[in-house]
Amino acid sequence: MNNRVALTGNEAVAQAMKQINPDVVAAYPITPQTEIVQFFSNFVNNGQVDTEFVAVESEHSAMSAAVGAASAGARTMTATSSQGLALMFEVVYIASAMRLPIVFPVANRALSGPINIHCDHSDAMGLTNSGVIQLFSENAQEAYDNMIQAVRIAEHPDVLLPVMVNLDGFITSHALDILEVLDDETVKNFVGIYNPEEFLLDVKNPISMGNLDMYDFYFEHRRQQVAAMEAAKKVIEDVGKEFEKVSGRPYGLIETYKLDDADMAVVLLNSAAGSAKGVVDELRAKGMKVGVLKPRAFRPFPFEEISTALKGVKAVAVLDRAETFSTLGGPMFADVRAALYDLKNDIKVINYVYGLGGRDLRLEDVEQVFNELDEIVKSGKTDKVVNYLGLRE
Amino acid sequence: MAKVLEIRWHGRGGQGAKTAALMLAEVVAEMGKYVQGFPEYGPERMGAPILAFNRISDEKIHIHSNVVNPEIVIVLDATLLGKAKITQGVGEDGIYIINTTKTPSEVRELLGLDDGKLFTVDANQISLETIGRVIPNTPLMGAFVKATNLLPFDEFFDKVRGQLSKKFKSKPEVIEGNLEAIKRAYQEVKSE
Repeated sequence: MNNRVALTGNEAVAQAMKQINPDVVAAYPITPQTEIVQFFSNFVNNGQVDTEFVAVESEHSAMSAAVGAASAGARTMTATSSQGLALMFEVVYIASAMRLPIVFPVANRALSGPINIHCDHSDAMGLTNSGVIQLFSENAQEAYDNMIQAVRIAEHPDVLLPVMVNLDGFITSHALDILEVLDDETVKNFVGIYNPEEFLLDVKNPISMGNLDMYDFYFEHRRQQVAAMEAAKKVIEDVGKEFEKVSGRPYGLIETYKLDDADMAVVLLNSAAGSAKGVVDELRAKGMKVGVLKPRAFRPFPFEEISTALKGVKAVAVLDRAETFSTLGGPMFADVRAALYDLKNDIKVINYVYGLGGRDLRLEDVEQVFNELDEIVKSGKTDKVVNYLGLRE
Repeated sequence: MAKVLEIRWHGRGGQGAKTAALMLAEVVAEMGKYVQGFPEYGPERMGAPILAFNRISDEKIHIHSNVVNPEIVIVLDATLLGKAKITQGVGEDGIYIINTTKTPSEVRELLGLDDGKLFTVDANQISLETIGRVIPNTPLMGAFVKATNLLPFDEFFDKVRGQLSKKFKSKPEVIEGNLEAIKRAYQEVKSE
């Protein structure tokens, strides 16, 4: 099977959407929207998909329209980036609470201010507590593959939650990369036909959705969302295994790279994980026992898989492309550190905030992190827990 | 890690540096190699200096950082010589391909270069004569093939024809003009 193509991340995601052929796509077409929606609207215009494309006046309206369409029983998508996602926040919480399996790609870009359009995970990290499943993609291939799997994960009866597919703004979204695409029939069969159990347009079984929910049931419904998120872990793994059968590419909750015998590891999301793999190859050639852990799912957070994967290492650096302003480092650092706490085996865990606003993560930056981990392993002492990488100070 | 060839394009907004980097990547991808093509997005305006990058490898490319130590530098606009950081990060075996009416030795002096290999081609004039307006990006791909000697020209030429035919279905005259430009630049590029 030679389906190797050269596409930008945006083209790859739009291609996946074309092959999924959703019932409804509601999107705001102007900045900070990415080309994903522009390419997809061409498919709509050319009659290559059956999708009802709803152009709306804001991202708040885009997610609202998506909530309406998904409630009605349609397989629904939207797409956005940075400030657009910020404007969508309010309605994302509603989509997840209403248990609507809306799939939406997000090209991760900085939030203003200062005004900046470049790669940064602040947009996605703002939604970690919203009840959406968050998948991250190292490159165009993974963005494409994640989109296709996201449909199955979102619509699984044990889950029924929105899925956000993240890819790095510009670095992945606008860069031409090589990937393998599946044929239309394979994607069509993989995603299957969406048969929601309950939906508003089911006139024979009328229901109401999005009701007022006071102190008598709100808490129970929130707990159910947590249960769905717990169930999502197995579903993400199962769908990943099934996807491997049709694509040859394995997917789980995390990906590990040369971690089995590693003394030191870095944990990072999206494209930076690829750069770290390159550095690991070079350092391994010099005899350093180093590896990479890349969470594919950030919500739900794969606590068990991460603590199992890291239990043999001596020192870990978590690299965050977002700030929390807690003054204790980035968002992933807190979660990874918590995941390792119960191991009680004195793994040193430090944090680096890097790449904010599109600051390039250079290979020598990653090498510097491994060298500092090496120092920590040798001395047994951690000097500074939270660090900034590639920053002028 | 497999050897990755890195290219940096210097141009001005509107000259097609990004398009050239993406098109080169598409063509090289069709020749069976792994590639990346990406621009550096700054404040986008016509005439502002911009950069675009390629990585080419026989194996899958993991890294996603900017290109800082390119083996090949391609300059689309001669007015950037002496202004943009053309030689920054380039090793002593670096290959420079410059769109200019000047000779390689004149450019060498202008850049203050002691090493590297210099190639020049008047891509403006070539594109004017073949395409009908000044778009130096496609002819520079022809100069690239000659200067680097990495890819067989005939195969490259065929794949470019395929790419252009896809992009300009309704404007066949554009296709022939661009192909002619690439061929001429391939023939006319000057070395020292």
